Amino acid sequence: MGRKYLDPEIGVELLSILDEYGNLDAELEPQIGNDLHLKMYRAMLVGRRFDERMLDLQRQGRIGTFPPIKGQEAAQIGSVAALRDRDWLAPSFRETAAEIMRGRSLESILLYYNGYNEGTIIPDNQHDMPMSVPVSSQIIHAVGLGFAAKYRRTDEVVMTFFGDGGTSEGDFHEGLNFAAVYQTPVVFVCQNNQWAISIPLARQTRSRTIAQKALAYGMPGIQVDGNDILAVHLAAAEAVARARGGGGPTLLECVTYRIMMHTTADDPKKYRSEEDVERWKARDPLIRYRKYLVEKNILTTHRLSELDEEVEKEIRSAIDRAEEQMRYLGQPLDMFDHLYAELPAELRAQKEALARELDSGIGAKGGANHG
Amino acid sequence: MAKMTMVEALNMALRQEMQQDDAVILLGQDIGRDGGVFRVTDGLFAEFGEERVVDTPLAESAIVGMSIGMAVYGLKPVCEIQFSGFAYQGFHQLENHAARMRWRSQGRLHVPMVMRAPYGGGVRALEHHSESREAYWAHTPGLKVIIPSGPRNARALLVSAIRDPDPVIFYEGKALYRAFREEVPEEEETLPIGKAQMVRSGDDLTMISYGAMLRPTLEAADDLRQKDGVTAEVIDLLTLSPLDTQLLVASVSKTGRAVIVHEAPRSFGAGAEIAARLMEEAFFILEAPIERVTGFDLIIPYFSREKSYIPGPARIAAAARRTLNS
Repeated sequence: MGRKYLDPEIGVELLSILDEYGNLDAELEPQIGNDLHLKMYRAMLVGRRFDERMLDLQRQGRIGTFPPIKGQEAAQIGSVAALRDRDWLAPSFRETAAEIMRGRSLESILLYYNGYNEGTIIPDNQHDMPMSVPVSSQIIHAVGLGFAAKYRRTDEVVMTFFGDGGTSEGDFHEGLNFAAVYQTPVVFVCQNNQWAISIPLARQTRSRTIAQKALAYGMPGIQVDGNDILAVHLAAAEAVARARGGGGPTLLECVTYRIMMHTTADDPKKYRSEEDVERWKARDPLIRYRKYLVEKNILTTHRLSELDEEVEKEIRSAIDRAEEQMRYLGQPLDMFDHLYAELPAELRAQKEALARELDSGIGAKGGANHG
Repeated sequence: MAKMTMVEALNMALRQEMQQDDAVILLGQDIGRDGGVFRVTDGLFAEFGEERVVDTPLAESAIVGMSIGMAVYGLKPVCEIQFSGFAYQGFHQLENHAARMRWRSQGRLHVPMVMRAPYGGGVRALEHHSESREAYWAHTPGLKVIIPSGPRNARALLVSAIRDPDPVIFYEGKALYRAFREEVPEEEETLPIGKAQMVRSGDDLTMISYGAMLRPTLEAADDLRQKDGVTAEVIDLLTLSPLDTQLLVASVSKTGRAVIVHEAPRSFGAGAEIAARLMEEAFFILEAPIERVTGFDLIIPYFSREKSYIPGPARIAAAARRTLNS
């Protein structure tokens, strides 16, 4: 009889290793090889510069609407850097940097945001899923992939991403619950960027952290400074190792900030203060990481400027290649391909009707037009 | 050959497919030790274990979504939604992902999954347990929709569905589960998806139906032959999507008259699509307006009134006579 704490043991960790002022917790500092440091930095830099370039392209009418990722590069790169090539990624729609790190080409991203189906092709040697637009729906696919990987006795791990807004969806609950029940090897990465279009986190949940939601499902949850790539990487590596070793799923909350708009179709000035944005700009993950790498003598300032130039060139040539491909891609009849393994008779007839329309000259030809 | 109910025939299809392909995995609510609320998976848990006959928590979106992940990985999941009235909570996973994965990935990933669900009324069931909403799925590009009408074709079609490389919605008429027995061969038997069957040939009109409505349609055809001396050609669709337009057009080209029968609501239902295709392909041969005998555009009433809602032989025969007399 009476009241007592059922489980005083449960708790949520907050992990931070390298803060915005450059203070480093040397005891927690992960031992990351120089090659991986360089790979992560390069992917962060490509992610940042490409994002900025895409915004220019969008404003010039050279690509359609897209969701910028600026400020969230550490949360993404630090997480996927813990995966092996044969592991799986099930991304949402704001993981451009993570996808770049995993090997998705810049051209395919440009094609996708230019309205070409060819932009969602996953290369044959890669395990990842195409990005998923319906919020949190991909979380459950990760659980199914993890179930299958375990059933086939592999040691593959699945990582899935979603935002703070996505944690309000039923699929978040269902996915975490299923993963815990079946102990599937899945790492759930929440990029808590504080905003779901115009809705701030406080309007999304009364929960003090997102990480603590893990406890209700019976899995570990950890909150990390999402702009601290060292902390993100350490937490992700621990979660991936746990999953690979049969220890089941983990919820990893990366606290970060959406510096830009939700997509290029909205204006954040309508719903949030500039001071808040400025405060977060000072916590920039790329600058923080760059300083660390220089102080550690992993990168020289000379090498940094070389990298800047290389990345600029890489982006320029990707844009050239994508624009070249757009000259011949987008044949209207191709839209009938790949809906089914075999085209049913009714669809064959519809395809033939479109072909006749095109031949007669009354049909609209393909190609992106952003007006 | 053993005489089986549809439940037993479906069970045999699952068992045989699981025996010969370890990629086939079942998942759903109460399908394990309990064998499913209609006992379709009876005994499979004991034979294949909890890794392959997976009892899930109560969440339809996750049951469908997890099947998608498994299928992308290379398994062949067959998920059971306990009643099709609860499948709508999994709708968005089917519409947004299962139906699109091949297309979105330009052929690189595909989703060879089957979603089985009992549908339809006539068994004095609870609210939300008697709907016939196959049109939702048939309207969704990227899905296939199969609705068998008896034990033997149910078994053969389920085997075909499991082996199909695309996502298949497999609706099982609850009213058919134990309604009658048929000889079902132990040897492998499949049926092509997308092909209807002429189950009775005739000259005077074409009667088109599927699922649990096939039997009352056949009874109406008997009545017409006995009382009116007319012979009806009866077509069992078996697959709703993709629809076998060819067979329907061939039959109506011969008879000039058509009655379409389904239990689902009338507006925007399968009957409307079939009538439109017959109009497009056989307009100049039609000798009378096409008749539709369907459920009303209502929620199916609770079971004290369901008999008045679901088309029966008398309503079907009356519609046929209107067609014949116009």
